[in-house]
Amino acid sequence: MSVIKEWVFTTDHKRVGVLYLIGSIAAFVVAGIMALLMRAELSAVGPTLTANPTTYNVWLYAHGAIMILGFQIPALTGFAANFAVPLMIGAKDVAFPRLNAFSVWLFYMGVILALLTFVIPDPPDVLWTGYPPYSTITTGNTALYTFTVLLIGFASIIAGVNFLTTIAYMRAPGMGWNKLNFFIWSILGSFVMQLIYVPVLGTAVLLISFDKYLGTHFFDPTMGGDVLTYQNLFWFYSHPAVYVIFLPFVGIILEVIATFAKNRIFNYKAAVYGGVWGIVIISGEVWIHHLYVSGMPDWLRIGQMVTTLMISVPVGLITISMVGTLYKGSITFETPMLYALGTVVLFLIGGLTGIPLAVTSLTVNLSETYYVVGHFHYVMAVAGTLAIFCGVYYWFPKMTGRMYNELWGKIGFWITFVGANVIFWNMMSVGVRTGLPRRYYDFASFPEAAQDQYIMSMGAVVIAFGFAITLINWIVGAARGPKAGDNPWESKSLEWTTVSPPPHGNWPTPPKVSEDWSPYAYEKR
Amino acid sequence: MQRHCKYGAGATAMTASGSVLAEKYIPTLESDKIFDPAAGWDRLWAIVLTDITVMGVAFALATFYLVWKYRRRPGHEGGGVGPLTAGAAIAWTVIPTFIFLADDFYIAANGWQLWNAQRTVPADRLEIRLESGMYSWDYTYPNGVRTQNELKVPAGKPVLLRMTSRDTIHSHYLPDFRVKEDSMPGRITYMWFYPKKPGEHLVTCTEYCGVMHSYMAGKVIVLSPADYNAWYEQEGAKVKSAGTPASPSAGGAKPTENKQKSA
Repeated sequence: MSVIKEWVFTTDHKRVGVLYLIGSIAAFVVAGIMALLMRAELSAVGPTLTANPTTYNVWLYAHGAIMILGFQIPALTGFAANFAVPLMIGAKDVAFPRLNAFSVWLFYMGVILALLTFVIPDPPDVLWTGYPPYSTITTGNTALYTFTVLLIGFASIIAGVNFLTTIAYMRAPGMGWNKLNFFIWSILGSFVMQLIYVPVLGTAVLLISFDKYLGTHFFDPTMGGDVLTYQNLFWFYSHPAVYVIFLPFVGIILEVIATFAKNRIFNYKAAVYGGVWGIVIISGEVWIHHLYVSGMPDWLRIGQMVTTLMISVPVGLITISMVGTLYKGSITFETPMLYALGTVVLFLIGGLTGIPLAVTSLTVNLSETYYVVGHFHYVMAVAGTLAIFCGVYYWFPKMTGRMYNELWGKIGFWITFVGANVIFWNMMSVGVRTGLPRRYYDFASFPEAAQDQYIMSMGAVVIAFGFAITLINWIVGAARGPKAGDNPWESKSLEWTTVSPPPHGNWPTPPKVSEDWSPYAYEKR
Repeated sequence: MQRHCKYGAGATAMTASGSVLAEKYIPTLESDKIFDPAAGWDRLWAIVLTDITVMGVAFALATFYLVWKYRRRPGHEGGGVGPLTAGAAIAWTVIPTFIFLADDFYIAANGWQLWNAQRTVPADRLEIRLESGMYSWDYTYPNGVRTQNELKVPAGKPVLLRMTSRDTIHSHYLPDFRVKEDSMPGRITYMWFYPKKPGEHLVTCTEYCGVMHSYMAGKVIVLSPADYNAWYEQEGAKVKSAGTPASPSAGGAKPTENKQKSA
């Protein structure tokens, strides 16, 4: 009993981090099952698993909303940030530990609200985007969507305030800004974006519920409203949300590559000031590319085509740092490194296939087809998930004090990696070849896509096996794995200088760093 | 240069700035008078696909080479490389930045060029109004003829659709013509396409509009000009004699006219 009490009332950043991880992995499993149900439905033309399109549309809503709001954002800015940031900067805890505990329980409320989708009689069927007028006229429960977003968004804002303060004021004495782990910068950039943009999303979804339940007319053209206002507000947050996910995940990848190549990060300042801050600055000027076929003025589409294409500069600089860090390294291939390198490949494919989508004249054909779904699953869904898994494996010995099984870790990686490519490569391909639209319960008007759909559904089964192996490996490792030691990866970063698992307060005496300290100081003396 | 102006000031500007595709995209007066946006799409797609493939393969090969070359093994003690010199760091920032920007602007220039053609509707055109609803496409021809889910058009004439919606947002997608645009309540949007040969093409909805979204499909039926004219006159006569719309009447609200720029 006292163990449960300890976890429920904990203010320790590491435990809060683990709570975020457990909640987000639970959300991931549920949303993953939704994906399997959809793939089963789409394995052949016509109704297969359910005869009711609304059932399918609810799966579609739950998959998107829970994966993004319940899994990826909390796993990266909740779990990874909470667990690693104070340890990396040599702090005892975050700046506001109680606020931190409040934020994780808000997140749990949000996840529980999202899961209510499966028990209430009229679940939301508004996709994770909730576009009006459909979201205001559907019999589905749009309010559930609104309040899920608001709760998790509020958790995010609190975490943002907390982490910006922590990083600004609680670094170990002697740790200058240019000595921070790249991961710290990525979290900083991510939370700056959350603080700027989440309130806009909150406003947008709240106005939908006002329209639907209080009789206002913000999005009702017959009463002077405008349907596009919502889309602008929504994507003003939701495109930056992609970078909220993207930045921490490249942060994890770069840490892991540096550790397993035993090298400093190649051209660190370019990756930080050009890469992270370049993305933060450009992130707010590209959202129109989600509205390329929504009747936006032609000049606006051209302008944001240019800004969207320019995202390739910061992303390119970060990619060069990833690849350059391997140069003259001493590379070993433990499971975290496999995940890191796999993520690099997936995010290269996903990032580059985004370039045609930046071009408004190509998007008139590609948008809302399977090509788009394939693209963003590569760059955000699969690359992001593999990066999260990479982080869990990387910090696993620090978190639990134990080691996972290396062989099963690698088997899980390869199965997941192959399955992901089978699904999403075919998805992009079928989108371009046939124009098959996304969000279709039944693809009766595209019979030529049947074979691809079947292959994709098989890929989904493969990927599910990979994930299951990974999850079991973690649970078994945490319970019965061999003792890991304090620094199994021989990393120079500060989080590996304390014992595993670190006690409350992290170090007996708070660390100080010297003039020539660096988290990547692998030079031989 | 004069003939380029047909596709708008932007096209002229891009041609002047030296886009290599200028001559391919802009048809000459002697040959094909009307630019086909679908063919333009295919061409631009091939260019961008080549571009991203080259970049992806270059990065992937570099990664695989480095991973293989610097793997830890007996006799190879790597790691611990020092920081870049200031000069190298600046070079590794500025040069890639310019390469990426150059590629961005190359793609943007070509994209803009095609965009001007895609959004500039030829003057000699057939103009049809479209009102979408859950779950049908309702077309109204200039002479008052109405059809549902069947867009009959003559071959060889550009077709302009002025679109609105009476309920939720829909998107009128013609995969064979490589074009789509949303139709929304309270706004009027437009799209055009160029049917060249008689035949049938799919119309399908690509904006989630409700429960039966995936069944909201119709057809573009391209007829020979003679067949089309016969059909058009016959249906027009029916409308005139009846005094009311011939085929299924589209109920609901009138499209709200607004100040949307007309093509």
